[in-house]
Amino acid sequence: MDNAKWTFGLTMMIVGMGGTFLTLWVLSLVMDALKRVFPLAAKAGSAEKK
Amino acid sequence: MLESLQTGLYGLTAGVSTLFTSGGPNVIMLLIAAVLLYLGVKKDVEPLLLVPIGFGCFLVNIPLSDLMESGGLLKILYDMGISNEVFPLLIFIGIGAMIDFGSLLENPKMLLFGAAGQFGIFFTLLLALALGFPQLEAVSIAVIGACDGPTSIYVASQYAPQLLAPISVAAYSYMALVPIIQPPIMRILTTPRERVIKMAPIKRSVSATTKLLFPIVVTLVTGLLAPKGLPLMGTIMLGNFMRECGVVARLTKASENEIANIVTLFLGLAIGGTMEGHAFLKPQTLAIFGMGFVSICMDTVAGVVFGKIVCALTGGKVNPLIGAAGISAFPMAARVVQAQGQLYDKKNHLLMHAAGVNTGGQIGSVVAAAVMLSVLKGMGLI
Repeated sequence: MDNAKWTFGLTMMIVGMGGTFLTLWVLSLVMDALKRVFPLAAKAGSAEKK
Repeated sequence: MLESLQTGLYGLTAGVSTLFTSGGPNVIMLLIAAVLLYLGVKKDVEPLLLVPIGFGCFLVNIPLSDLMESGGLLKILYDMGISNEVFPLLIFIGIGAMIDFGSLLENPKMLLFGAAGQFGIFFTLLLALALGFPQLEAVSIAVIGACDGPTSIYVASQYAPQLLAPISVAAYSYMALVPIIQPPIMRILTTPRERVIKMAPIKRSVSATTKLLFPIVVTLVTGLLAPKGLPLMGTIMLGNFMRECGVVARLTKASENEIANIVTLFLGLAIGGTMEGHAFLKPQTLAIFGMGFVSICMDTVAGVVFGKIVCALTGGKVNPLIGAAGISAFPMAARVVQAQGQLYDKKNHLLMHAAGVNTGGQIGSVVAAAVMLSVLKGMGLI
């Protein structure tokens, strides 16, 4: 495999895998924040359980 | 008169004579179509797709059928929804409408398993490049590792339409083979002690408002970070938003039933239509199937290894087996984890945790494809 292909492949691997992890990590933080801002109300929770 | 009879008879026998003179590849493809139909009908392997794909393959390989020529039925279906990527996106609306992201929202960190489970994509990209495939073809082949049929079709139809047939058939075949491919890898990579780790039961902590806002927030965040993948994420989240908002029940039902079913039929037939013998039977098809297999294996390896790391970091609170569910094959991968866990301890219930990881894998696969496309765009390759 020539240099250009290696460069392309490794760039895609590092930026692609890193970007995927980063995006999903950011998403997980946002989801955590959403849960804190809009918590499950105790009454709603018990009503839903019934 | 005699000449007229001869030409008339020629019209009747042209198909048969073509089959015997230059139809070798078509005969092989007719046999492959029969295998696909057999797998779908008798072995229940992704029947909703393998039956129309098999029949489309069957139709297009009957000589002189002209179904994939301009004006032919399969060509019309192909132009209608594959070449412009509409079919996979419509299917994504249905998928979004079917999936409950509640188990993922209970523990959002599970999304990171969905990232680890995409490693196969990037590993396969290197492999495809090493085997001599051009860059965009290598990217399209690598997306088989997303273990997500619509995503594979979406990417391949744009950047490697000539490889669409083997890529889509490989993607759907390996999705169906997840219960066979994953367990041996899970067993090899984990110790008996790790396999019996019991995880704390999930407590319900997600409000309806959070579930409602989730698709909007995900669309916004992923759209900003990886805009090239917005059609994929936008459609899956549109389906989910319709499901969670509860005021468009008819649209939700139509998306997950009628629309998804009709599009699946058209999509399968059109993909089958691309499996014409002379175009399909090439060494590169075999290579694509081989790389697809490696890709799914590497997804599983990375997921379980990531699970082991998390297990070590949390002092043994996470069962590494759940890492195998970080792929898009939903809910199959989660069921495989549950079955493997119960193989070693019948009282070990990993399903809810694995379902969270699995829905994370669903999002992860779309994000990985979106990130790849955005990186390609950044590099000026698309």
